[in-house]
Amino acid sequence: MTTPAGTPPLDRKTLIDLGFIDARAKVLDIAAFLDRLDRAPGADAPTDFRVEAIRAALLIALDAGPTRAERILKSWSDPTTEPVTRSDGKAARGAHPQHKA
Amino acid sequence: MAKPRVEPTHNTRRENFFATQIHSKQITHSLFQTHRIRKPLFDIHASNMYIDPHIHMVSRTTDDYARMAAAGCVAVTEPAFWAGFDRSSAAGFHDYFRQLTESEPRRAAAYGIAHHAWICINPKEAEDHGFAREVMSMIPEFLSRPNVLGVGEIGLNRNSKTELAVFEEHLEIAARHDSLVLIHTPHLEDKLKGTRLILDAIAAHGKINPARILVDHVEEHTVRMVLERGMWAGMTLYPDTKCTAARAVDIMEMHGTERIWINSAGDWGHSDPLAVPKAVVTMRARGHTTADIHKISFENPRAFLSQSGNFSVNAPRPTIS
Repeated sequence: MTTPAGTPPLDRKTLIDLGFIDARAKVLDIAAFLDRLDRAPGADAPTDFRVEAIRAALLIALDAGPTRAERILKSWSDPTTEPVTRSDGKAARGAHPQHKA
Repeated sequence: MAKPRVEPTHNTRRENFFATQIHSKQITHSLFQTHRIRKPLFDIHASNMYIDPHIHMVSRTTDDYARMAAAGCVAVTEPAFWAGFDRSSAAGFHDYFRQLTESEPRRAAAYGIAHHAWICINPKEAEDHGFAREVMSMIPEFLSRPNVLGVGEIGLNRNSKTELAVFEEHLEIAARHDSLVLIHTPHLEDKLKGTRLILDAIAAHGKINPARILVDHVEEHTVRMVLERGMWAGMTLYPDTKCTAARAVDIMEMHGTERIWINSAGDWGHSDPLAVPKAVVTMRARGHTTADIHKISFENPRAFLSQSGNFSVNAPRPTIS
């Protein structure tokens, strides 16, 4: 690496120029996703833990601390440590029901 | 030949562009002279050559081989994986292993791409321990084939006790045959726990040099623990469920370029067989030097994979079957 670890080669202004439109589109997609859920039938159903996981992650994304991506991934992770007795299916769901905000 | 001097830092894209041009010539000279690499079928500048060290070509079309070759791919390695449905017999796996070691290398060679394979029963089909053992008993037969690099992609999927037991038995096979190991870490919410279980199992087994193990599909929350244990880390470039190119470049900026590679893991699902060259474009746009790009996309996989005497970036001569 030609720059110290953790330091991008490009400065902040150039990174904003490079990434703003993409980030803007992703923020809008999340907002529209939450709007869509509000408009959909079934609003009286129990809150889905995956949606709660996204809401909790957005709070992490907005805080001033470092390593937001790492902390969001950890917040969605299975907090247990022992192997499960038997697999309950092939596919993971994206967030654990016991996710931590 | 005097080497052109390259400034150590590049704070603007313009400066970086000129440094890139100079460094490309150095790399071309180094590759063809030092490593005696045969030029690929396509006229690819040596600094644009790349290796995709994890891609499931049995699920991809011949057009994908053509596109990858045109983009600079000179070698791929293909771990045994879940084909999207459960095989009903060990014989089904035997056929699959033959496809990986007989048919796919010929298909790749037609495009000047060297094809290599890893053999195992993947964790998604490892919940039946007896069945898994039947498949594992066939692994030694294939480890001696000329394009096989080792045991993989083994690991965990949903972090079950049986998956873990099968993983430990795979490690023992790799140790007995002194094979390289390619490890799949679980998806999404299972990744952090599964990676910890895998690393602990490797430490408890203790018979394989960590430098001969690559732990794949790392993300921001798992890369550090893998590198700290002396293993290699793979970043998989998936559109949704693993690393985007932008995040992979972030991880590289934060953790450096030692013992780390990028791969597409292209398969039958939502994936992109050109993910590696596209990540190279992202690295360029983000101001990284040609040397760092070449290290991540070519030199690092070559260094790890060359620990197996079967690895080469030179495809065999195409044959008509």
